[in-house]
Amino acid sequence: MVKTHIVKFVGTSNFKMFSNHMATIVRLAAQQQQQQKRGMATLKAISIRLKSVKNIQKITQSMKMVSAAKYNRAERDLKQARPLGVGTKEFYEQAEIQAPPEDEKKLVIAITSDRGLCGAVHTGVSRNIRDALLADPKERENTKIICVGEKSRAILSRLFANNILFVASEVGRKPPTFNDAAKVANEILNSGYSFGSGRIVYNRFKSVVSYAVDQLPLFDKNAVVSAPKLSVYDSLDENVIQSYLEFSLASLLFYSMKEGACSEQSSRMTAMDNASKNAGEMIDKLTLTFNRTRQAVITRELIEIISGAAALD
Amino acid sequence: MATIARNLRPYLRYIRNQRRTYADAATVSNEMKFTFAGANQVFYDQRVIKQVDVPSFSGSFGILPKHVPTLAVLKPGVVTVYEEDGSVKKVFVSSGTVTINENNSVQILAEEAHPLENLDGSAAREVLSKAQQQLSSATTEQDKAEAAIAVEVAEALVQALS
Repeated sequence: MVKTHIVKFVGTSNFKMFSNHMATIVRLAAQQQQQQKRGMATLKAISIRLKSVKNIQKITQSMKMVSAAKYNRAERDLKQARPLGVGTKEFYEQAEIQAPPEDEKKLVIAITSDRGLCGAVHTGVSRNIRDALLADPKERENTKIICVGEKSRAILSRLFANNILFVASEVGRKPPTFNDAAKVANEILNSGYSFGSGRIVYNRFKSVVSYAVDQLPLFDKNAVVSAPKLSVYDSLDENVIQSYLEFSLASLLFYSMKEGACSEQSSRMTAMDNASKNAGEMIDKLTLTFNRTRQAVITRELIEIISGAAALD
Repeated sequence: MATIARNLRPYLRYIRNQRRTYADAATVSNEMKFTFAGANQVFYDQRVIKQVDVPSFSGSFGILPKHVPTLAVLKPGVVTVYEEDGSVKKVFVSSGTVTINENNSVQILAEEAHPLENLDGSAAREVLSKAQQQLSSATTEQDKAEAAIAVEVAEALVQALS
């Protein structure tokens, strides 16, 4: 049918016209063929697509349910962990500890997880670190990164492969425990990297629909010892401060992991809810086109039958 | 008379206000804000209490309001909290930190903390014997240290429950 159309077209035009319009004709023919093809196969194609979108919607819906359950637990856990983190931070604030300016070595800990499909949770943390490091080449040289979770590693290793000290993976499948935090803290202490100051970059959970990238300060023993207000504190010796800081590091990590896990689950819940909604919209549109095409096919077949019958008379 | 009262009102208010802030400040400094949290649960969050006794590596000590600011590391043992209404609460802690700040706030942060009534004496003795076995069979330096810590905690547990 397509071929005959072209022949007819060629027949009406002279040779010069033909060479001029060669490209247009070829394009037109291709377009028409495509349209024709789409018109013929749509019913089947649409129903396949419809089915796959429905399946995707089912998946996103169940993922939403799962993360809603996980989120509930994470929020409950977070409530229990918050005083631990806030209490640890209190000392740093009360003692007014500042990083010694002469020590340029820094440590950044990115708290993310291994799992995706949760909005901008991981990119937010990674972007915060990336922007800070890219803004100042000196800082880039003196900063080491610790990635908790594969997602931050995937993003940060592209730009700062040399700065990564180590990566903690297998995060996010289960809720974080104090043991996980202690393991990371231990690894930091055993890595032999001495830093003047540092920060933990994590997502602070605000409510089900909102979280924000936040940071917690970290200090080395030297920074704490040289803090001007430390003299207020009574009967301190090296050992006590050392153990105190080690424990603080673990509890700060634990707290930020809990915050991160809670934000991640809540964000995944919203993301999956949106995905289900979008899939629903798509299903509505596809059903509409499916029914329209079905009717078109029926009408066409009827016309064919009727005109066939009329031709016989 | 009315004019005098109207003229005086702002000044009177000033005096009243001033006295009130003074009283508030006084009460704040006499109370300690006590936070006691383990990784698994929170016992007190910024609550006012009378006294708390803690076991630390530099010796056990009691904390009353207006304690001198200090830092300490918790030893496995029992933290005893004396609440405002006179009731006493005993909680076993494995390790952690004690912070007493200048603003009269006290934080006890523990790795693991459980109320004494939730712990079982026979199970504790079992843990102790297991830990002692581990200590005797440990070969490497690190294993020995880990087993020694386990024994220490278990001993404190048994002692706390007996």
